[in-house]
Amino acid sequence: MIETDILIIGAGPTGLFTVFEAGLLKLKCHLIDALPQPGGQLTEIYPKKPIYDIPGFPEVLAGDLVKNLMEQIEIFKPGFTLGERAETIEKLEDGKFLVTTNRGTKHKAPIIAIAGGLGSFEPRKPPIENISAFEERGVEYMVRDPEMFAEKKIVISGGGDSALDWTIYLADLADEITLVHRRQGFRGAPDSVQKVKELDAAEKINLITEAQVTGVSGETALEQVVIRKNNGDLIEKKTDFFIPLFGLSPKLGPIANWGLHLEKNAILVDTFDYQTNIPGIFAIGDINTYPGKLKLILCGFHEATLMCQSAYKIINPEKKLSFKYTTVTGIKGIES
Amino acid sequence: MEETIQIAVIDREDQKHDIIIPLDIDLNLMEVCKAEGLPVEGTCGGMALCSTCHCYIQSNHILRQASDAEEDMLDQAFDVLENSRLGCQIKISSELNGLVVKLAPESL
Ligand SMILES: Cc1cc2nc3c(=O)[nH]c(=O)nc-3n(C[C@H](O)[C@H](O)[C@H](O)COP(=O)(O)OP(=O)(O)OC[C@H]3O[C@@H](n4cnc5c(N)ncnc54)[C@H](O)[C@@H]3O)c2cc1C
Repeated sequence: MIETDILIIGAGPTGLFTVFEAGLLKLKCHLIDALPQPGGQLTEIYPKKPIYDIPGFPEVLAGDLVKNLMEQIEIFKPGFTLGERAETIEKLEDGKFLVTTNRGTKHKAPIIAIAGGLGSFEPRKPPIENISAFEERGVEYMVRDPEMFAEKKIVISGGGDSALDWTIYLADLADEITLVHRRQGFRGAPDSVQKVKELDAAEKINLITEAQVTGVSGETALEQVVIRKNNGDLIEKKTDFFIPLFGLSPKLGPIANWGLHLEKNAILVDTFDYQTNIPGIFAIGDINTYPGKLKLILCGFHEATLMCQSAYKIINPEKKLSFKYTTVTGIKGIES
Repeated sequence: MEETIQIAVIDREDQKHDIIIPLDIDLNLMEVCKAEGLPVEGTCGGMALCSTCHCYIQSNHILRQASDAEEDMLDQAFDVLENSRLGCQIKISSELNGLVVKLAPESL
């Protein structure tokens, strides 16, 4: 069981900066994110793009902003549960909340800050009929444990780095591997593209381009996929696994069922302190909505700052909070 | 009088929406769909960094060729056909009068 003062769901810029503002008030934080790395949209969608509207930075690359935020909060020693999605929430008898992830990791805290952005980044699932019936029965949207593919027949589809890298990696391990891609060109790293072409030439893999997987079938588990060539030809291929790798997209997911008031997929908050309809649960950054809301990084920072003041008062009802500038007090780390 | 064009967008339920677009504001097809209330996410804001505005051009209009960045992003879309484009990369201009586009299926 992980215990902390503020449990932050989402390690995007808003969640990360919350650690700083909480740290100034000597509150400890722990972050959960479905992605394996912090940074939210900035690292997942546009790490190399310059941002021009962060106060004090005429221009900063999204990836660098996240790096800076990580450096800024390091002194407060936040904990991270990465690669896991916050799934359920429960209010305990002592008034604290218990949040459990899809992998069963439990977290307990008196304050929950939902900084979930556009939602949890999840693999994109192709709109193929019946595909959900074969999930975990041959259809896998990511490779967690490569060993499970040893000596198996595998069909991978996609044209980016993960499709190329896993094709290369699994080529040695699998019995047979087929990579299906919609066009001849690939967007992945040139080295990987070269390597895949070499493996194809050496008949270590089957490369089927200008084609896509359009059907999945099997008795109880996956047995076959149908591949449609752009010229209309159909190829039926026996396989044990189908791994579609089409990148990630954000989905609100389980938070939608937490009893919070929603409006158009966003959580309604009171702009006094960004608290939701459930006392002790706050929503900050892109995930919340209120009259005049703008989905901007700088607005998320502001919301996080005000939220921490209320969080402090809930955690320390008897203490008075006196407001101090960082220039006056400097910053003192938190003992771990 | 302000200059406008008319286009048709066919949604995922095969419903046709005729849309009149003014030419004096710099719009792209993704923004037009969003403004019309059509179910187009446009997650990345129009930088060809997601593929949520994937659509098919159904009329015979000759458009500017897709850039490498657009082709790369179409790799993340499904059911990509010869006439597939990202709406955000199609700038609205007078040449597009009468354009017919269909929204592509979304991921599950
Ligand atoms: C291409 C692009 C360009 C942009 N340019 C600018 C700009 O110039 N200036 C600007 O201010 N803003 C810009 N934005 C918007 C900005 O990125 C967002 O406002 C910002 O990312 C919001 O931060 P956040 O921390 O609230 O959410 P996010 O960055 O979306 O992070 C949320 C995180 O929460 C995680 N999460 C959600 N639910 C769960 C769950 N149940 N369990 C575990 N994890 C979960 C997600 O995986 C994600 O990592 C841009 C956005 C894009 C896509």
